[in-house]
Amino acid sequence: MYKTYADVKAAMEKGQSVKDILQSYLLAIEERKDLNAFTEVFLDTAIKKAEEVDQKIAEGKAGRLAGMVIAIKDNICYKNHKVSASSKILDGFESIYSATVVERLLAEDAVIIGRTNCDEFAMGSSSENSAFGAVRNALNEDYVPGGSSGGSATAVAANLCTVALGSDTGGSIRQPASFTGTIGFKPTYGRVSRYGLIAYASSFDQIGPFANSVDDVALVTEIMSGMDEFDSTLSSKEVGSLQPTPLKGKLKIAYIRETLDSDGIDPEIKQRIEQLINCLRADGHELIPVSFPYLDKMVPTYYVLTTAEASSNLSRFDGVHYGYRSKDAVGVEATYTQSRMEGFGSEVKRRIMTGTFVLSHGYYDAYYSKGQKVRRLIQDKTNEILAKSDVILLPTSPSTAFKLNSVKEPIQMYLQDIYTVQANLTGNPAISLPIGLHPNGMPFGLQLIGNHFEEKKLLVISAYLNDFC
Amino acid sequence: MTSIRDSYEAVIGLEVHAQMLTKSKAYSSDINEYGARPNTHVSSITLGHPGTLPKMNKKTIEFAIKLGLALNCKIASHQHFARKNYFYPDLPKGYQITQDTTPICTGGFVDVKLEDGVVKRIGITRIHMEEDAGKSIHDVDVYDTLVDLNRAGTPLLEIVTEPDMRSADEAYAYLTEIRQLVRYLDICDGNMEEGSLRCDANISVRKKGAEAFGTKVEVKNMNSIRNVHRAISHEIDRQIEVLETGGALSQETRSFDAASGTTSSMRTKEAANDYRYFPEPDLAPLFVSQEQIEAVKQEMPVLPKELFEKYTTELKLSDYDANILIITKAFALYFEEVIAQTKNYKGAANWMIGEVRSYLNQQGKDIEDFPLEPKSIAELVNLIDSGKISHSAASQGLFPEMIAFPEVHPEELANKLNLIQDSDEDSIKGFIQTVIEQNASEVLRYQSGEKQLVGFFMGQLMKASKGKADPKAANKLMREMLDNAK
Repeated sequence: MYKTYADVKAAMEKGQSVKDILQSYLLAIEERKDLNAFTEVFLDTAIKKAEEVDQKIAEGKAGRLAGMVIAIKDNICYKNHKVSASSKILDGFESIYSATVVERLLAEDAVIIGRTNCDEFAMGSSSENSAFGAVRNALNEDYVPGGSSGGSATAVAANLCTVALGSDTGGSIRQPASFTGTIGFKPTYGRVSRYGLIAYASSFDQIGPFANSVDDVALVTEIMSGMDEFDSTLSSKEVGSLQPTPLKGKLKIAYIRETLDSDGIDPEIKQRIEQLINCLRADGHELIPVSFPYLDKMVPTYYVLTTAEASSNLSRFDGVHYGYRSKDAVGVEATYTQSRMEGFGSEVKRRIMTGTFVLSHGYYDAYYSKGQKVRRLIQDKTNEILAKSDVILLPTSPSTAFKLNSVKEPIQMYLQDIYTVQANLTGNPAISLPIGLHPNGMPFGLQLIGNHFEEKKLLVISAYLNDFC
Repeated sequence: MTSIRDSYEAVIGLEVHAQMLTKSKAYSSDINEYGARPNTHVSSITLGHPGTLPKMNKKTIEFAIKLGLALNCKIASHQHFARKNYFYPDLPKGYQITQDTTPICTGGFVDVKLEDGVVKRIGITRIHMEEDAGKSIHDVDVYDTLVDLNRAGTPLLEIVTEPDMRSADEAYAYLTEIRQLVRYLDICDGNMEEGSLRCDANISVRKKGAEAFGTKVEVKNMNSIRNVHRAISHEIDRQIEVLETGGALSQETRSFDAASGTTSSMRTKEAANDYRYFPEPDLAPLFVSQEQIEAVKQEMPVLPKELFEKYTTELKLSDYDANILIITKAFALYFEEVIAQTKNYKGAANWMIGEVRSYLNQQGKDIEDFPLEPKSIAELVNLIDSGKISHSAASQGLFPEMIAFPEVHPEELANKLNLIQDSDEDSIKGFIQTVIEQNASEVLRYQSGEKQLVGFFMGQLMKASKGKADPKAANKLMREMLDNAK
């Protein structure tokens, strides 16, 4: 069992080949099939790549990720492999190109072991909305792993891979990390290429890793980051080394009072965070309580804007060009309506309809335009706080993982994202670190939001807090 | 009917789509080329595959600025792209990337000269960048519509006018001007038949003197400038007739049928799409700096308007001649090279408009394929001016021979063909003396007033000199010697 890349490297030093390591991961996947973490294991290409890396190691030419076994969320494209976003509408679809992140990881000799189950088109907070069935939490199979990147989170929690990639549009990496006791990182919007990530909401989506160590998060993020001619929304700011170095000096940590005082938060989580705040303060750090007046506006703003973008992004799945086409449809109109009706799940359809509505003539100003204005206010307020502090500290999620099929109301599910959508509305990097175990036996996380493109600083603080906690 | 028609005024605005002549498409590296085998220039981006993102072709911005400057527009410094959402099988993403609230160019104008010489100013509301859709082909397969996505993602400039035109003639003149301009700028080939230049017309009519606009009808599917003229003329008549017979017009889109010359309804406003425009999140906002605009300005080619100005004022050519010379950029540039090597501008223009153009017409060639260098035409003009060869000998004898042997120097050819004329006074005088001596009675008639006989004498002279006497010099000498003959 390899929990981290350090474990993998230690085993390699003792003579294990990459192929051996891969085999033990494959065995683990087989043993934990019940988790429904993987939609598909890329057996042949993974073995081939492992053999190739072993050869390179023998020749002394291996890349920086030799021996690392990575799972990718089923919304990230890998050339000549199926990709479905856990949707029936992409039934049988195989990508003809690889996402930039996949190219970069392969170039550093990572092995891509398979694609992980998730909420359809990354829309959900429990990984129950999948054409391949619900994902289970590695710590207790009666519980959800969170979502939408639940398969990746649970795979890392169960040590079915060294690192897994997820995508985070409103918390889809951080909330499942909190639910599974793993570390989940959403880099700054514009840091990691989105090319090859099946879009949910383009101005929110960001690819990031799940891992069991901050070092692994840093290494993989560093390799994935930086300019890509295929994504024009990337920043040209230099990436540099993201490896955490020891913390120097004392920190200024802002924490949002309202996130702890709201009724919705689990008292155990609140207590643990307050305890942590006190410990940090006692350790000489400056803990600054700040007020964030827009907390109740976050989720509505997020849903107005993301559904608008989603309604457009998902137009291409029309039954005409690729993927699922209704067999009974005659004529183009019927092909559209029937293919989309049969191919999309109900949550996806709800969001497409919501998004179509908010962009419609006569409603645009009341919803979309207003949403954009509120987004700007939230951005300004967040920047204002971060101008005076190193990071913002807040819970990742108001609760621990819940039981499968227990949250049925969409609005109740949407409120899962209350603390995570901020970083997507603003584009800031944010990380979830495991900080405790609830009396119910499930873990929960702490969230840190950093300044734009200050991944290094955020990871340094994360490494420090990870040891501190 | 005429008088009723005269009591109305048409209000016309045009929307022109120009496909840009960039090497690659607007948002991918796929080749931008007309006429390739269907679905061969289609990468994952053009196909709109999941996960793909648009990749900005910077050349399109330069083209847009060029056209904006030529049409006297303001160039926006800060702009973003937008998505126009609709479903159609030849639109792989389900939306078109375009510009909505922040077009790159706004507030320009173009002056067009009408048949009667009146100059009409037509306002340009906006020019924006967008991508073309693919092509749905309905008439190849009996049962199915075929889709060719080669065209999908082709960069377009959409040029929208103010409702400033009042007749089909004005629309015709405007479109001719725009086509000439985009060709001069090398940003579009202007081919309406192949659809690289397309035009939609917004047409309404109102009683003359009325302030309010009438109900607007959009007419599509006109694949030549002539058809735009026909469609507008028809649509104006149709609208007047509907109103005159007590009917009401509905805001709709109509399609022009070239065979019948009529328009028919495609869809009404109620059935119109709600395109749900919103800012395109996959492309970074675009900033155009003053330096960038200056750089484009530096590279602006000469424009037809400037050449027309130069030809009519500086070179003193007629409007008619100037218009023919500037008809295409290549033709004008050829002429420019000719006049760099001769001072006889009128002569050079005559050769271009006359012999050169009729040769090209006969051969069905463009000036680019013309075998002679501009230098040769200049030499030809200079040979005539210096009296070494007559115009008729040049036109009928030398010019065809030059085309046959383009590498031989014209004067050398003229020598070989024995076309160099005699302008030596003594030798011409000798010939004249002989003619006078041989035609004594005609000389007497001439001297008694039949001055038109000079033509007869010149004919005799040409015969005697075997056509080589310089007619200009000879004519003068002939009159002198006839007057003085005893």
